[in-house]
Amino acid sequence: MTPSKEQLLEMDRQAWTIRLFEEALAQVYMEGKSPAFDIGSGTIPGEMHLSAGQEPVAVGTCAHLGQEDTVVGTHRAHHFAIAKGVDLKKMAAEIFGKETGLGKGKGGHMHLFDPEHKFSCSGIVGASFPVACGAALAAKKKEKDWVAVAFAGEGAANQGSFHESLNLAALWKLPVIFIIEDNAWAISVAKSKSTAIPYNSQRAAAYGIPGVRVEKNDFLSVYDAAGEAIARARRGEGPTLIEVKTDRYFGHFQGDPELYRPKDEVKSLKAADPIGRFEQTIIAKGLVSRAQLDKERETAIKAVDEAIEFARKSPYPESEEALEQVFA
Amino acid sequence: MAKAIAEAISQEMERDQHVFVMGEDVGVYGGIFGATQGLLSKFGPERIMDTPISETAFIGAATGAAAEGMRPIVELMFVDFFGVCMDQIYNHLAKNTYMSGGNLHLPVVLTTAIGGGYGDAAQHSQCLYSVFAHIPGLKIVVPSTAYDAKGLMIEAIRDDNPVMYFFHKGLMGLGWMRYPERSVNVVPERSYTIPFGKADVKRPGTDITIVCLAMMVHCALDAAEKLAKEGIEAEVIDLRTLVPLDREAVIASLKKTHKLLVVDEDYLGFGLSGEIAAIAADEAFAYLDAPVKRLAVPNVPIPYSRPLEQFVIPNAEAIAEAARSLAR
Repeated sequence: MTPSKEQLLEMDRQAWTIRLFEEALAQVYMEGKSPAFDIGSGTIPGEMHLSAGQEPVAVGTCAHLGQEDTVVGTHRAHHFAIAKGVDLKKMAAEIFGKETGLGKGKGGHMHLFDPEHKFSCSGIVGASFPVACGAALAAKKKEKDWVAVAFAGEGAANQGSFHESLNLAALWKLPVIFIIEDNAWAISVAKSKSTAIPYNSQRAAAYGIPGVRVEKNDFLSVYDAAGEAIARARRGEGPTLIEVKTDRYFGHFQGDPELYRPKDEVKSLKAADPIGRFEQTIIAKGLVSRAQLDKERETAIKAVDEAIEFARKSPYPESEEALEQVFA
Repeated sequence: MAKAIAEAISQEMERDQHVFVMGEDVGVYGGIFGATQGLLSKFGPERIMDTPISETAFIGAATGAAAEGMRPIVELMFVDFFGVCMDQIYNHLAKNTYMSGGNLHLPVVLTTAIGGGYGDAAQHSQCLYSVFAHIPGLKIVVPSTAYDAKGLMIEAIRDDNPVMYFFHKGLMGLGWMRYPERSVNVVPERSYTIPFGKADVKRPGTDITIVCLAMMVHCALDAAEKLAKEGIEAEVIDLRTLVPLDREAVIASLKKTHKLLVVDEDYLGFGLSGEIAAIAADEAFAYLDAPVKRLAVPNVPIPYSRPLEQFVIPNAEAIAEAARSLAR
């Protein structure tokens, strides 16, 4: 399976948008938090979980999805939202807590909801699996070929919700794809200390569904694995479980001292950065030119700058707005 | 409070080999809010156990281990996360002693972080202790100072019943989150206990009684200082434990002040503030000179955006204003 030239360029643009957006947020997040770091101060308060390094899993999967397909993400979900086509300005504004945000500033960075692009996420580990099953069930009841994708970290695969959802989806042959991002760390707990088997993909066997392990943090490998699973789901053949090896460049949250992690780990991960490898590969294959990719990167830079600027300039909601929208 | 809690656990682990700790990131990380800091190096991974993100399993396991004579201390990072394992708590841990006709003792301490005010939004900022206080069979501890935190933790570990121990993030004395200075008070090195069901008058007064706990104690004390300058002497009662509840302390204070303000960082509806108001109506009606006033989070999820969050969580100013209107 090879993506078209247009798809490759779009994937490259999305990858850069994610990377640059996260790097920009890392900077903005520190505004007003020095010299003494206080999590509640500054332009962006609260926890901040950034996804730089994990672009391939989001971009490679969402390249196969349309607006009518559903994506349910995690507490670390900016990359999924961007790849699913969520408006970057509204998303940035939400992260800044502004009135113009996706949720009028009520949700925040872990709770992004965009019904138009059928995207949502949650701050609770393991919460994506059942919700994606529900979206898939709805597609089936409506007799559409839509699919739903649940993303989750490798730590979430030890939650009951994971196992219950896999069984339900297999039993009802739901058009859902469960994608585990294995970034090796559940905050400070290494996968080897939390999971009884090496690969979560092996767990698919327990539910009689295909289980695929993508060993490289690589756009095209994810594209292939996700493409097959999504096509299978669209044909009505049921769910697939995919686990992708990926890399978390930042801490669990910004300000995480990361004392549990070998010092040079991130440095060595960055040496094999997936965006650079992706670009080299597709240029070498003669599918795109350097100039074309540079243009995509420029577009991404502009989009990120504009989004941050939009968020900055947007007004905060009125205090009393806090009391609205508890019910429909 | 973090150091005081860790010290209490450490002293009890030295005293009693049956005490051990389980939870997410309690090992190398020392607990996300520092409640198990330094314990891994002292007691090793056999007694300070990092768990998978499998709360139903490890909280249920605490019930099972306690039934066999162990004394587990189990941390679940945020109270907001208890939804995933509620059945093991409210149908088993809380009820097994009663259903066994008192033949089963379950000395489990469940610890968790509560509270907002730092922009962590709806799934990481709740208090929810009232939910657990509602369920018969669970003792509920909510300290407001380091001194109280240590004595109450040792009491909790020695108690033969399930105890839920809620620590407010903003009172843990963390290097990365603002905290009231007076929450970091002198903690003796020696082991000591504070009995459950004994409220502490944190400030004596004659004009109005403010009943509260955790962070609201500090907000109420700040408010009381302001009010004193205006000639209003507020008595601030720190409940310290919800179950058992020191009803006598509330009634005794009302006999003196004749006015009651209940302040709570939990939701207004069906919670602590209603319970205290009911006690006043049932047992101190004759002493009241004015209707009971309640100040708590209006019945909305905790919003992310700063002005919205500040609007819904009571602060010193709002407490002073409520007290003024009552004292007049």
